[in-house]
Amino acid sequence: MTGSIMDTFFEECEELLEAMDAGLAAIEEGDQDPETVNAVFRAVHSIKGGAGAFGLDELVAFAHNFETVFDDVRSNKLQLDPKLVQLLFRASDHLSDLVTCARDGGQVDADHHKVLITALGEYIDEEEEEVVFEPMGMGAVFDPAPISAVEEVSYDIRFLPLKEMFATGNEPYFLFQALSDLGALTVRMDDSELPGFDAMEEGETYLSWELTLITSQPRSAIEAVFEFVEGLCELSISTDGDAAAEADALAALNAAFGVTSVEEESAVDIPLEQPEPEQVESPTSAEVDIIETVEPEAEPEQGTDMPAETSKDASKSKSSGPKPTLRVELDRVDRLINAVGELIINHSMLAQQIANLDATDLRDVETELEGFKTLARDIQEGVMAIRAQPVKPLFQRMARIVREASAATGKTAKLVTVGEATEVDKTVIERLADPLTHILRNAVDHGIESPEDRLAAGKSKAGEIRLTAAHRSGSVCIEVKDDGAGLNRKKIHQIAIDKGLVPDNIELNDGEIDNLLFLPGFSTASEISNLSGRGVGMDVVKNAVTALGGRVNIASTPGKGSTFSIILPLTLAVMDGMVVSVAGHTMVVPITAIVETMRGNDDMINNLGADSTLLSIRGSFIPICDVASSLGLRDGSSREPAGVYLLVETENGDRSALAVDDIHDQRQVVIKSLDGVCGNVPGVSAATILGDGKIAMILDPESIVTASSSAAVFDTDRRMSNAIAS
Amino acid sequence: MKTKVLAIDDSRTIRNLLAACLEEAGFEYHSAVDGREGVDAYPGVAPDVVITDINMPNLDGFGVIEELRGTHINSKVPILVLTTESAADMKARARAAGATGWITKPFDDESLIFALKRVTGAVA
Repeated sequence: MTGSIMDTFFEECEELLEAMDAGLAAIEEGDQDPETVNAVFRAVHSIKGGAGAFGLDELVAFAHNFETVFDDVRSNKLQLDPKLVQLLFRASDHLSDLVTCARDGGQVDADHHKVLITALGEYIDEEEEEVVFEPMGMGAVFDPAPISAVEEVSYDIRFLPLKEMFATGNEPYFLFQALSDLGALTVRMDDSELPGFDAMEEGETYLSWELTLITSQPRSAIEAVFEFVEGLCELSISTDGDAAAEADALAALNAAFGVTSVEEESAVDIPLEQPEPEQVESPTSAEVDIIETVEPEAEPEQGTDMPAETSKDASKSKSSGPKPTLRVELDRVDRLINAVGELIINHSMLAQQIANLDATDLRDVETELEGFKTLARDIQEGVMAIRAQPVKPLFQRMARIVREASAATGKTAKLVTVGEATEVDKTVIERLADPLTHILRNAVDHGIESPEDRLAAGKSKAGEIRLTAAHRSGSVCIEVKDDGAGLNRKKIHQIAIDKGLVPDNIELNDGEIDNLLFLPGFSTASEISNLSGRGVGMDVVKNAVTALGGRVNIASTPGKGSTFSIILPLTLAVMDGMVVSVAGHTMVVPITAIVETMRGNDDMINNLGADSTLLSIRGSFIPICDVASSLGLRDGSSREPAGVYLLVETENGDRSALAVDDIHDQRQVVIKSLDGVCGNVPGVSAATILGDGKIAMILDPESIVTASSSAAVFDTDRRMSNAIAS
Repeated sequence: MKTKVLAIDDSRTIRNLLAACLEEAGFEYHSAVDGREGVDAYPGVAPDVVITDINMPNLDGFGVIEELRGTHINSKVPILVLTTESAADMKARARAAGATGWITKPFDDESLIFALKRVTGAVA
């Protein structure tokens, strides 16, 4: 039980840390709203509260320092200047590290920890620093000396509630009941002060009590019972042996009110059984446990040029109340996704069986089958929507990467994020963190120039890195764009030649040189710091993205900066595909890549040189890329004229015509990863199972086109043949 | 009949801890994620005791106490403030607003139950 509560604590920490970072970022931008400061304060405070419950002392202590500083900011005792904001950022990063260490084990950098504590300490007044978790009142009730060692003592307790006590909802009866747990209790009520019925005033108190408690518990246990009413009653606790102590206690407790002695007493027996309180069954039930509301949804991105009125509306809608949500285990969603995948395969098989039936009129069946397909698609979209999450948390983490990288390189770089509300599959978000981190470090390390160089080039001192997420025709595009110096192509080319990655006698165009960065073994670490180097090249980025069925593109303009684009499929499970045949093999081409399809005839084909052909269409020429030969399934020279051309558009807007033998069908296919079966095969992104139970490769048109146009760099043929054969 | 607790706290962790402890001890547990929701939920839940955090969005703990004790709802049930604030003025403010007592975070099960016992008499 505690384990799972702890899990949710760490989950909550993630959310709180995000909220904290978002708040700090807003403050850095000049957000003056006290609620922003409050939100950050609450986040730190909640982390501290939860950490305290699990005895995570280091985390508590640090959060406390952090919180204390922020509390002073909140109450305007401290002014937020850029220096303090930077410190708060560092503290927030460190707090995040502490949370991670608490969860996964491990140690934070002790020196860094001390430095931050000291730095925060400079903002904290001495007297405030003291208290961390002072036990409230006399909290140590249940911590008495061993009972056997202590003799029972008889305490006389005099208790006179003041009328203020009743305004707080405290009841003498319950206090006596708690006392009776400590030992044998005798209660005598003094009603001598009761006036006649007519003279009684509402809200006045007339009763007092004299109690005798025989207990082995220490006096502090008795005092603890009266903790909540301290100052709201006259109280004296005495034993036969400590008249002096009694006098002291009386003096201390009753100084403000003066002591009245109780002269007449009448003994009243008070039953100490709990009466049945009258209650009605509540309509809500135990389900309350799993239904929780969360913070309002991530705000849509706000451009800086957005009119003030709109942003006011946005904040208004934010406070209009949280949407109810349901938290479920990811496993359950994944089971559903698998089932939907099977359902779609099942549909294909059913459709095939029906098509094979020797019946005359199948129209009704086909109509129903079409309905089946629509429903399956609805379910699939619904399930995928469950897994979709905004990229905001991921982007917020990246702000930290840029901060750290800037600090390590002595450069000034600012991260601007756009499209944080863009939703992407959860797995994609998780697996994007590493590639994005790498690209961003590179951008700061290699892209952004030093402040001096920037000023010399007539740019602003601080570099800007723009991180953008957007949906683009069935895929998600994540872009990292810096305004730095751009790629040094000459150097890149030379390094590739030096490392023997490319022959030195081949001319490469700019795009080809840029792509050299992705070759395994390419690393420019020799030149610059160990920050982005670390012995890992951009090939790792490419592999990670390819594993997600996506690809990475580079665009760069000397002196203006570079853009790295990661293009990913929206879903990882199902896609719309066109089933085609290529040299006797059935293959699938993603519909999203296809602009147009057409039957070819000889008039449209123009030869260009020895082994290039162009397709003439509506007055323009488009290079033809023969899929079969590009995959090594057929010798390029001996091919027959293709039957069908699929016009595809690549990321940079160029069109190509993929030549295939025939088109069979258009259908949803379930994506099955090739990982571990035959690794990363150029030209093929994944495989699927068709309605007849056969396996078909899903083609990646982009990489087929690239491969066929720059065959010098990528030798795909043999690997592809192997893949198909296996 | 179980004693009904309405716990108002914006921290999921604290709500989970309260739920685990209180349900184990036999209380009927209800929760709300901020002060506004807590006050809104109060009439429907009709709790025997309210536990509220101080630092919360939308409506803080003082606001909760003031609204519950106000003439509109006019609640007489005990209200325990759940807070890491140990400063005396925090206690005084809560009490002035009508809080019955307080539970200091981090709390253990025993001190939580003990606090409830002193204000409701109930152990379950």
